Amino acid sequence: MSSNPPDKEYTRKDFSSDQEVRWCPGCGDYAILAAVQRTLPSLGSSPENTVFISGIGCSSRFPYYMNTYGFHTIHGRAPAFATGLKLANPELDVWVITGDGDGLSIGGNHLLHVLRRNIDLQIMLFNNQIYGLTKGQYSPTSQVGIVTPSSPLGSIDQPVVPVRFALGARATFVARAFDTSKKLPEALGAARKHKGASFIEILQNCPVFNDGIFDLITDRKTGPAYQLWLEHGQPMKFGPNAEKGLRLKPATLCLEVVTIGENGVTDADLVIHDETNPSLAWMLADLPDVVALGVIYRQPGPVYNESLQRQRELAEERFGAPDLHALLRQGHTWTVS
Amino acid sequence: METSAAARVQPIARETLDSVVIRFAGDSGDGIQLTGNQFTTATADAGNDLSTFPDYPAEIRAPAGTTYGVSVFQIHFASHDIQTPGDAPDVLVAMNPAALMVSTDVLKPGGLVVVNTGAFSANNLKKAGYESNPLEDGTLDRFRVLAIDVTRLTLEAVKSVGLGSKDASRCKNMWTLGLMYWLFGREREQTVKWLKAKFAERPKLAEANIAALNAGHIYGENAELPHGINAYQVPSANLTPGEYRNISGNEATAWGLVTGAKLAGLKVMYGSYPITPASNLLHNLARLKHFGVTTFQAEDEIAAVSAAVGASFGGSIGVTGTSGPGVALKAEAIGLAIAAELPLVIVNVQRGGPSTGLPTKTEQSDLFQAVWGRNGDAPLVVLAAATPGDCYYMAIEAIRIAVRYMTPVILLTDGSLANSAEPWPLPDLDALEPFPVEFHKDPEGFHPFLRDENSLARVWAVPGTPGLEHRIGGLEKHRDTGHISYDPHNHHLMTKLRYNKVQGIARDIAAAKVDQGEDHGDLLVVGWGSTYGSISQAVRELRTKGHHVSHLHIRNIWPLPEGLAALLGSFNSVLVPELNNGQLVKLLRAEYLVDAESLTRVTGRPFRIAGLVQAVEERLQRSAQ
Repeated sequence: MSSNPPDKEYTRKDFSSDQEVRWCPGCGDYAILAAVQRTLPSLGSSPENTVFISGIGCSSRFPYYMNTYGFHTIHGRAPAFATGLKLANPELDVWVITGDGDGLSIGGNHLLHVLRRNIDLQIMLFNNQIYGLTKGQYSPTSQVGIVTPSSPLGSIDQPVVPVRFALGARATFVARAFDTSKKLPEALGAARKHKGASFIEILQNCPVFNDGIFDLITDRKTGPAYQLWLEHGQPMKFGPNAEKGLRLKPATLCLEVVTIGENGVTDADLVIHDETNPSLAWMLADLPDVVALGVIYRQPGPVYNESLQRQRELAEERFGAPDLHALLRQGHTWTVS
Repeated sequence: METSAAARVQPIARETLDSVVIRFAGDSGDGIQLTGNQFTTATADAGNDLSTFPDYPAEIRAPAGTTYGVSVFQIHFASHDIQTPGDAPDVLVAMNPAALMVSTDVLKPGGLVVVNTGAFSANNLKKAGYESNPLEDGTLDRFRVLAIDVTRLTLEAVKSVGLGSKDASRCKNMWTLGLMYWLFGREREQTVKWLKAKFAERPKLAEANIAALNAGHIYGENAELPHGINAYQVPSANLTPGEYRNISGNEATAWGLVTGAKLAGLKVMYGSYPITPASNLLHNLARLKHFGVTTFQAEDEIAAVSAAVGASFGGSIGVTGTSGPGVALKAEAIGLAIAAELPLVIVNVQRGGPSTGLPTKTEQSDLFQAVWGRNGDAPLVVLAAATPGDCYYMAIEAIRIAVRYMTPVILLTDGSLANSAEPWPLPDLDALEPFPVEFHKDPEGFHPFLRDENSLARVWAVPGTPGLEHRIGGLEKHRDTGHISYDPHNHHLMTKLRYNKVQGIARDIAAAKVDQGEDHGDLLVVGWGSTYGSISQAVRELRTKGHHVSHLHIRNIWPLPEGLAALLGSFNSVLVPELNNGQLVKLLRAEYLVDAESLTRVTGRPFRIAGLVQAVEERLQRSAQ
């Protein structure tokens, strides 16, 4: 991540390209694009030092709409292109844009490895639980039973939970938000601030092929009953009046939803969020009655590109200035006269 | 080792030979490759020209004593210029029955067989597939045989060091090497030095191995050799004066990449996934971080090339190395580099295919894959190195073309080039012409597909440059603005433009010329890649016999060099020998409507010179009739 202070104050406009945005009307991607364009100036980013790298799919058109450097690559491989770029120039602020199909189906392997290596970049995975650009087939995050052109009798695929995938890959930063959320910029900011690979799952509505699947969670009226916004060191509370919370059932080691004031439950009974606890993060990733949002897990670890830089310096110390002449003569040479 | 004058033997009468081919063969755990490498170094020191060919099983430790576990190292050395590891060995060193079993067919009649009788147990004979002992049943009657219980003699020689029997027995390769050093009048010093360095942490092993080496040598000095077996000498070759080293193709490629990047003023980002026979390219480059080389061992072949392309986007020269199956996986990402017009070097160390094929055997069957193997009309540049040392210069050339024309370049080498060694005159680094890259900086009128009118290369604008923010990708872009375009006419123009850009590179490479012989005649032998040595030697023999035959070796597979059509047309016939089922020949026929004939061999091994000579003579006779 670049720490260079920008030469000037940038605004959303400086991060918006002149290209006409071509997502379907009502697509959740618009809200995400706006959030990113609004957030970057406030994070001290500059257009010339920012790069968006995407794979293939609706979400992967994202770079074209950013007035930064951008590379629209091939299906599933964006993390690998981003890795190469970051290793070549660690000063750049690199963002990977991917979707549930791009990142978890064809590109699952690369997502796994970019996370475990902990390359310093941000990965935004737009999860709409459907293949949009190929017209509506089920994706690796689709719910069982979904009827699509390729699953006329309902999908029989068990879905992957993106946050659990990231935790399983030993990601050092895992967050979740949704497209229209006012708290999305906060999650983006936290991701960028984190040193290492940051993974953000963004629940995103596809109005054409999978409309409304997140409505209960994202709707202004019903949402508060389902959104658990996590805060490190704070009790886990949610609901329209913050009247609900999560309590640990020690006997079965799982989290249960409780109502404060009922059956003698008080704030003191609620679990305190500790974003450095991987076991807790694992439970929060897939709760039955509520969706955990915000920073689920954050535990800085060795950053690949920094370790690489140290090895470069070590090699220079140990072997001195590069000398091609000597390199070609290493081992045994002889002279014919 | 005692090398005092007193310890030296009296000069003996040695029979002088012009050239010798020795084949060391044994179990893959017998240290055959090490033995061969040591003999190679000593032979280079003796001033011979040489060529080597290691041939080892795909299994890491195949079951001991089996024929498929036999590891082979062949060396050809001579008092004159040679190009190949030789056809039929003059000398076979067989460390066990299996090694003998797989080698007797290729050995020259009358050749010398040195066998370790200590390994000829009933069990080993059975494992090798012998029903009776070949040392006793007349199988070896057509050879001269030196049967020695190397195992026992080695154990005796190292007894005083006090090693366990397993470690002690492992020294038998050094005993054998000592004997071969004596037979061919080689010095032991270099190997002693090497053993001391190799076993610096375990001095007992060094001591034992040196004792075995000396014991083998002393055996030669004292033993009364059977009738017909002499000590030999091969006078030094008349090599061009200068400083030399032995070099294998993979070493040369690695060092060429580093040199090329320096000439371009760029850093190397080498993304790779381990694959035989390309892995030691990764190993060689991983040791060169202080040269500005970043190596990235990726999670798979696709990530390896993708990371390389990402690095090229960022202003490094992205390189990926692999073998054929890996190139198959990389095809889509290479297509992206073509569409996005980014420099990229792909090294394909070819091996036998299809699919997993013959991982440790050599083949030239990825030419079509290199030239055509992508979706869409996706032209790129294909180069092919001809000798181990040539890999150095072709790696430099690959980088030069990639950065100058903003294009992917595939460099074809193969398993035989990668692992064979030859004496290599060290290059004069000051004589190599730099080709510094200049990144685009000027925001005035900028778009990412601004082109140089002559080279048709687009500008290279690197992230981090203010005012040049831009987006590239695999979607078709408009010729004049670089924006995404689905316009049919534009796509037609862009397809032509990409084709013309690559074709135009023919003006920037050496024109076609014959490597040996006149530029007209009865028959032109056209080769490419690692067959250079075999063809060159075969054509030399044919010309000595008075045939009007020439040799042309193509290093630029695509685009083909200028002037090739005219040369092909100046011969009565054209023969294209390849270690594949006929690929370059089809390319030449398609491009030039030339009636070129194919000669193929797909055995996982290089051409035999005698076979080439015979094939050419047959054709000459046929056309004379």
